[in-house]
Amino acid sequence: MDVTRTWAISRKELIHIRRDPISLLQIILLPIVLLLLYGYALTFDIKNVTLAIYDQERSQLSEDFINQFRGSDYFRLVKYTQSYDELKRLLLSRRVQVGLMLPYDFSWQYQTGKTAKGQALVDGTDSNTANIVLGYIQAVTAAYNQKLLGQRLSAKGPGRQEMPVDAQTRFWFNEDLESRNYIVPGLIAVIMTVVGALLTALTVVRELERGSMEGLMATPLKRTELLLGKLGPYFIIGMFDMAVVMAMGKFLFQVPLRGSPWLLIALAAIFLIATLGQGLLISVTSENQLQAFQMAMLTTFLPSFLLSGFVFSIYLMPLPLQIASYIVPARYLVTISKGIYLKGLGMDYLWPSALMLAGAATFFVVMSIKKFVKKIR
Amino acid sequence: MTTEKAIVVKNLSRHFGDFKAVDDISFEVHRGEIFGFLGPNGAGKSTTIRMLNGLLLPTSGEGRVGGFDIIRENARIKNHIGYMSQRFSLYEDLTAEENLTFFGGVYGLDPARLTGRITEVLILVGLEDRRHDLTRTLPLGLKQRLALASAIIHEPSILFLDEATSGVDPISRRNFWDLIYAMAQEGRTILVTTHYMEEAEFCDRLVLIYQGRIIAQGTPSELKGEVKETILALYPGNLDGALDLIKKLPQVAEAAVFGDGLHIATTRPEETEPAIQETLTAHHIACGRIERVRPSLEDAFISLVQRAEGKEAVSYQQSAIS
Ligand SMILES: Nc1ncnc2c1ncn2[C@@H]1O[C@H](COP(=O)(O)OP(=O)(O)OP(=O)(O)O)[C@@H](O)[C@H]1O
Ligand SMILES: [Mg+2]
Repeated sequence: MDVTRTWAISRKELIHIRRDPISLLQIILLPIVLLLLYGYALTFDIKNVTLAIYDQERSQLSEDFINQFRGSDYFRLVKYTQSYDELKRLLLSRRVQVGLMLPYDFSWQYQTGKTAKGQALVDGTDSNTANIVLGYIQAVTAAYNQKLLGQRLSAKGPGRQEMPVDAQTRFWFNEDLESRNYIVPGLIAVIMTVVGALLTALTVVRELERGSMEGLMATPLKRTELLLGKLGPYFIIGMFDMAVVMAMGKFLFQVPLRGSPWLLIALAAIFLIATLGQGLLISVTSENQLQAFQMAMLTTFLPSFLLSGFVFSIYLMPLPLQIASYIVPARYLVTISKGIYLKGLGMDYLWPSALMLAGAATFFVVMSIKKFVKKIR
Repeated sequence: MTTEKAIVVKNLSRHFGDFKAVDDISFEVHRGEIFGFLGPNGAGKSTTIRMLNGLLLPTSGEGRVGGFDIIRENARIKNHIGYMSQRFSLYEDLTAEENLTFFGGVYGLDPARLTGRITEVLILVGLEDRRHDLTRTLPLGLKQRLALASAIIHEPSILFLDEATSGVDPISRRNFWDLIYAMAQEGRTILVTTHYMEEAEFCDRLVLIYQGRIIAQGTPSELKGEVKETILALYPGNLDGALDLIKKLPQVAEAAVFGDGLHIATTRPEETEPAIQETLTAHHIACGRIERVRPSLEDAFISLVQRAEGKEAVSYQQSAIS
């Protein structure tokens, strides 16, 4: 390894990046855009679910039950309807997400000791949202049931006013279930993948394609110097982007960082090396830039998005995908990043993921150097 | 450097599968010589140069460049050679100076020496007033001079120029050759490959390569002396029509377009001249005067290729005649 030669490569690469508007855009704008997009627009929290009610009975009990919904943050009553048809229309035209129908015998059922049955119609077009809404409805209903039961018990005699058993749920780690609190840590992996793999995938194949590699190979430059020299600038850029995301997370979105930022930075650096190695490997095994770009999209960017647990929970995936996620380096960084951000974990918990990242980094860098030697001869 | 010979090649071959791109060639290049590689497309010129540069390992045979073995010491060769590859290898989005800085760095020059060298080579190739221009914006002739400058930034003793002047206008080519002469004068050894016959004339010595084999070598005049046929030159009214007719004559060994006329090789000029006049007149093509000329390098090339092929039809396209 000769520092002068390696530095010559790095400096040249930086000039390429500086003079190429598309690279610059990817480096500077992409993290910010992704962060704003996920931080603001694509929030996964659902509030103010629109609600229409068709109350056939209009009794004390039905009014009481409806008030339970009106009092909740999660629902916003849009309209009382006078017919089932109207309720249906509102749902079809997507003016409301939930239609609640309470039948004529609602309170009668209750008074005769049966369970009073209402009907909730939920727009299932977006199944994710529907599931969450369903959860809200059940929660509101459960709360109301609890109240009624309490009243019944106290009616039977003095003494106990409380429920015999109560499981109070409380979400740990992300108490308010704010989605940006887990989006920001997850985004670090996605953005680093973009910078690390997508950009580096093009660097070597570009030299092969435009013929400059031939000239380089006739100089005393060693292959490792060339590859490491090329990695350098992208490493710095990747770390810079990570700092941008962390800063925006802190100051713009007030995402709490419970663990050590330095541990996060150190482990993210290892991840970045793995991703850069992956990009290089793609670059030295591709025939042309287009192929390299597509390979990078398919094998690095998409998995980091879909299989890392960034948005979609790995535990909810079908088994084959769960298994596949183990070879996606981003998975480990997402685990680490969420662990440090939300749970304040340290190395005592995170070492297995860190170890996997270190393994991936070594593997990809060594492989790309090896493949490169073969390709040139 | 340990030998007087800058380059020594013995029985060098390179196969790609069954195909023999370079087939058992041997030659020597003296120090300070301008040595030419002349041959048609696909002859194996670039492949040979790549083996001498340490970019490609030979299938068999051996060679020394600057005293270093091309197989065992191919990494050490690289500090002593400069290489202008056939494909343009500078970076278009870097300025002239940035390109030179880059190659200087890659050759491991320390910053102080590099600064001095950049100015020197820019002055040498006449680009000092364009040092801050993006390479993309330079005309092809200047790009090629810049490529030369970057190939000599580390003051190599041996320089390989693989079709360095292809595609540039004759004046730029002439200027480029002035540079080559200047460097040879400084004692550098220069190996050039070319399609251009006129450039081949500038070389001290050259080899003719055809289908991976060396079919002749020597100084330009030695090669011309190899031509056994007499060369007839004529300037008929209809060049293509005349060429077709003349090729059919039994006395004619070979006929080819040369400039705005035809060159005809024959061992029996006394019979050929009247035969040509006869057939052209019969087809109403103006014949003009037939002269006997001294064979050019191109005539030599065609004749030697023919001999190597054993009188099969030669289809060497004379695409690069100026
Ligand atoms: N890596 C390779 N694999 C397979 N065949 C090759 C390879 N490199 C060169 N060849 C073949 O070897 C032959 C000689 O190629 P080479 O580039 O040496 O010719 P050249 O004399 O430089 O021709 P040109 O004037 O077109 O540059 C060609 O037919 C070429 O297709
Ligand atoms: Mg060639």
